[in-house]
Amino acid sequence: MISACLVEHESGEPIQESFAGGVSMNAIVKPRSAAGWDVARVRRDFPILDQEVHGHPLAYLDNAATTQKPRSVIETMDQYYRRDNANVHRGVHALAERATTAFEAARESVRRFINARSPREIVFVRGTTEAINLVASSFGQGLREGDEIILTAMEHHANIVPWQLLRERTGIVLRVLPITPAGELDLDVLPGLFSARTRLLALTHVSNALGTINPVEKLVAMAHEHDVPVLLDGAQAMPHMRVDVQALDCDFYAFSGHKLFGPTGIGVLYGRESLLEAMPPYQGGGEMIRTVSFEKTTFAGLPHRFEAGTPDIAGAIGLGRAIEYLEGLDWDAAQAYEHRLLECATDRLKEIPGLRIIGEARDKVALVSFVMDDVHPHDMGTILDHRGLAVRAGHHCAMPVMTFYQVPATSRASMAFYNTVEEIDRLAAALRHARELLA
Amino acid sequence: MSELNDLYQELILDHKRHPRNFRDMPDATRAVDGHNPLCGDQLRLFVKVVDGRVEDVSFIGVGCAISMASASMLTETVKGRTVDEAQRLFADIHDLLTSAQPRVDPAELGNLGALAGVHEYPMRVKCATLSWHTLDTALTSDEDSVTTE
Repeated sequence: MISACLVEHESGEPIQESFAGGVSMNAIVKPRSAAGWDVARVRRDFPILDQEVHGHPLAYLDNAATTQKPRSVIETMDQYYRRDNANVHRGVHALAERATTAFEAARESVRRFINARSPREIVFVRGTTEAINLVASSFGQGLREGDEIILTAMEHHANIVPWQLLRERTGIVLRVLPITPAGELDLDVLPGLFSARTRLLALTHVSNALGTINPVEKLVAMAHEHDVPVLLDGAQAMPHMRVDVQALDCDFYAFSGHKLFGPTGIGVLYGRESLLEAMPPYQGGGEMIRTVSFEKTTFAGLPHRFEAGTPDIAGAIGLGRAIEYLEGLDWDAAQAYEHRLLECATDRLKEIPGLRIIGEARDKVALVSFVMDDVHPHDMGTILDHRGLAVRAGHHCAMPVMTFYQVPATSRASMAFYNTVEEIDRLAAALRHARELLA
Repeated sequence: MSELNDLYQELILDHKRHPRNFRDMPDATRAVDGHNPLCGDQLRLFVKVVDGRVEDVSFIGVGCAISMASASMLTETVKGRTVDEAQRLFADIHDLLTSAQPRVDPAELGNLGALAGVHEYPMRVKCATLSWHTLDTALTSDEDSVTTE
């Protein structure tokens, strides 16, 4: 091993394991320090991490699929069902009051976390996918044949298919911003994609298949110069960085609770209030109305107009608790630590013969997608699982990305702030074993 | 869980590294595409059936070690058998890999018995059965494609 991953010794202070690659590490590691990041303590907050899989300690490296939940989230949801469960926004009894208060407090936590101007801009949905479908369905009703939407070649299917369905309904035109071999957006092409008919730019903040962090502030500014609103798919960005929707100046921002250390079944659509106000309802039903008669229905105000039916109340409360947990962390230290994990994983994997990393953008989250000669990702997934290593194998719901790189699938190790250098070492060893076994 | 070597037996690895009958067949009587959308495995199976007998069988495609080896072993085993025998083999393989209590003894299936280890890996069973479902479609229906969905 010649890579120079920094490891934490018992006091939590980072030490340099080897100086063989020290020069490049000095150039790579950002000056921000991860010294304050006590990963052992953080891991104790996540009960699921403390288990063995096939006789090995679990190394959960599939965080881009879903993240694990801190104890406080699990207990909060448990307590909600044990003590407070009632339907929200109706009923005057004590439990209904408690449930409603907690549900709306969660909305306020989300607002605070992403720095939206008002809770009216925070719509609870099932997840990122539903958030984008909501915009495609509702905002999309204002589009006409020949109107254009710009997407990118690195989108998750959730930010492709809803627009294709809209295209079938209305005859809109989809334009696609290409990517470079490194896995970055080809920004030089973007100016030529805008036209007088462009109605929306919809792109991912961070690529789930490549890890690329897109320069979204710049992209939003470019789009706004053309008076084009921007939707950001924030599913993969939220767990790795603090997002401020006012600073980004985006018009829609979509994310999922379960990728943000919260429960499944809950997600958020942030929408600029002036845009949401002008949009027709998404689904009809209870919760989203003011008055109903068979002649005419009037709709509730924001954000409830977009929340038909009983929402995932426990999910929203769990998400609110996850956000409070995240707000209690030293975010700078967490990000520096994750950056170190990424550098370590990249260095370790690059040393392995026959392995090719897919996605080498300059700016990435702690995610490494890769293929290995003669070892199919599904065999890789099975072999790694045998050693307690949970990675994802497949097309990652980003088949255009796979097509671009001419691979049927990749293996993907996606990390969170609770992963360790030791787990990456185990991954590297298991990858070498897979190659010996199958190649 | 069983040992990894039960899944990746030497015989399976040999077929993975050197797939048999891995070729196009211009004079095939049937060519069927098999697709596992879950993992992207894709193969095309060719059969040449003459007088109720599988005179030739071959395949092309991409996939994991299990799917490639299973397809390769299929071609070796089925070649020369009658359609009825091939269908009985399909039933046996299906039973071996998917039944809670398989009635088939892997030892009686010759080389194909090496696939028995897949039984312990539910997520991988479709990898092993893809080529067999494709064969079944080729022999019993007019469809030109099959998926494991």
